[in-house]
Amino acid sequence: MSAKVTNPRDYNLAGPENQNAVDAGLASADWYHSDIPRKVMKELMKRSDALATRDTLLWVALIVISAIGAIAFWGTLQVIPFLIVYGVLYGSASDSRWHECGHGTAFRTTWKNDLVYHVASFMIMRNPISWRWAHARHHTDTIIVGRDPEIALMRPTAIAKTALLFIGVPGIFQDLQVLIRHGAGRVSNAEKDYIPESEKKKTTFWARVHIMIYATTVLVAIIMQSFLPVVLIGGPRIYGVWHAVMTGLLQHGGLAEDVLDHRLNSRTVYLNPVSRWIYWNMNYHVEHHMFPMVPYFALPRLHALIKDDLPAPSHSIFAAYSELLSSIWRQRLERDYYIRKDLPPTAKPYREDLHTLDIARSDIRISTP
Amino acid sequence: MSWLDVCDAEDIDLEDVIRFDHGDRTFAVYRSADGAVFATDGLCTHEQVHLCGGLVIDDTIECPKHNGRFNYQTGAALRAPVYDALATYPARLNNGRIEIEVIKSSNSKNNNGPPL
Repeated sequence: MSAKVTNPRDYNLAGPENQNAVDAGLASADWYHSDIPRKVMKELMKRSDALATRDTLLWVALIVISAIGAIAFWGTLQVIPFLIVYGVLYGSASDSRWHECGHGTAFRTTWKNDLVYHVASFMIMRNPISWRWAHARHHTDTIIVGRDPEIALMRPTAIAKTALLFIGVPGIFQDLQVLIRHGAGRVSNAEKDYIPESEKKKTTFWARVHIMIYATTVLVAIIMQSFLPVVLIGGPRIYGVWHAVMTGLLQHGGLAEDVLDHRLNSRTVYLNPVSRWIYWNMNYHVEHHMFPMVPYFALPRLHALIKDDLPAPSHSIFAAYSELLSSIWRQRLERDYYIRKDLPPTAKPYREDLHTLDIARSDIRISTP
Repeated sequence: MSWLDVCDAEDIDLEDVIRFDHGDRTFAVYRSADGAVFATDGLCTHEQVHLCGGLVIDDTIECPKHNGRFNYQTGAALRAPVYDALATYPARLNNGRIEIEVIKSSNSKNNNGPPL
């Protein structure tokens, strides 16, 4: 007997689910927050130029060193380790720098946040304007179908297509397509839902800046008769994005949709120190969504303070992927299935009063150890 | 309208903000690092989030939900995703008490938005 694959939901922000979410009270709603005294929160929110500058200088230095190595050994097998390092620093670490500086929480000084934000936006092939607004919406309506433009795993998950994300396809082609569209002055109907009309010119301007840089890179490659320029600029979006995809899919994958409690739709994962540095602690993702004012370097402290109010974190990337993969496999047949983790006895219950959906409908639970 | 009594000055830390509700309106009342007092509308102009949960840095208030920033002394929108300016109100210290006058507000219309 063959199982029938479930019908997909409509995730389009220009579709009917948007209004359905608004009607259900899921848009711009009040979300659950763990209790933290104001004085403690003020300490956690404090910004530091010192820590972000240290991390950024280290990031830039490693990029430069690995790029020099790649140039020096270009055409030989010895180039591979340099490109592996360069690719991850360029194609993945840029994602977390884009994210943190987009929030304005990395540095205390505004222009430093903005500078790193723009450089990282270019590296990860994102329009700095449209994505700023997209991410603001993601925080307003996290994993609310029809409202959140950043839902990475839609139900049922296209597993083969998702696997291809790790090697940057078709992502790079979609990114370039959007870049050209923005450069031509066009925003999609879905983007119009969250980008103010007054920001359209800025969206076009920055798209054109990015296009100019890529066009110059290709021109240099043609003149040099070498792939090296495009391997160093733009190329890491293919061979270096895997770490960002690996960590990014864990943020919300397999968890609940259409809820107003980040403990139900976001995942905290314990990572090794190297991945945490590349990812700038965004593995503490429940904590980040509850309190986006807290800089990356204070998230471990925040986690320690509120972990008794949260479901137990996944203890490794492997453990997190085990639960994620089993969830998306099951969602092929049961679209409404999601992982609903038990809360520790010290936690306040899930806020099931906040919305009309029955978030207790899942019959599978992952218990806290 | 006369001045409204808010609280003791000492009830607000330096470089901090509290929420003050009056009737059906909500305000944010600030003390700067040098002890001067200020008042604005209590909700962010972007998504109607209470600013009292935000971070005061120098002369700015950062919204706790999306990190948009306003100058709380002038109401100017400084950083996306906030775009519309925040209404400000006169505030003063009177015998150690903070008072605000809510009838006089600054213009809260668009101020051409934040940079970037």
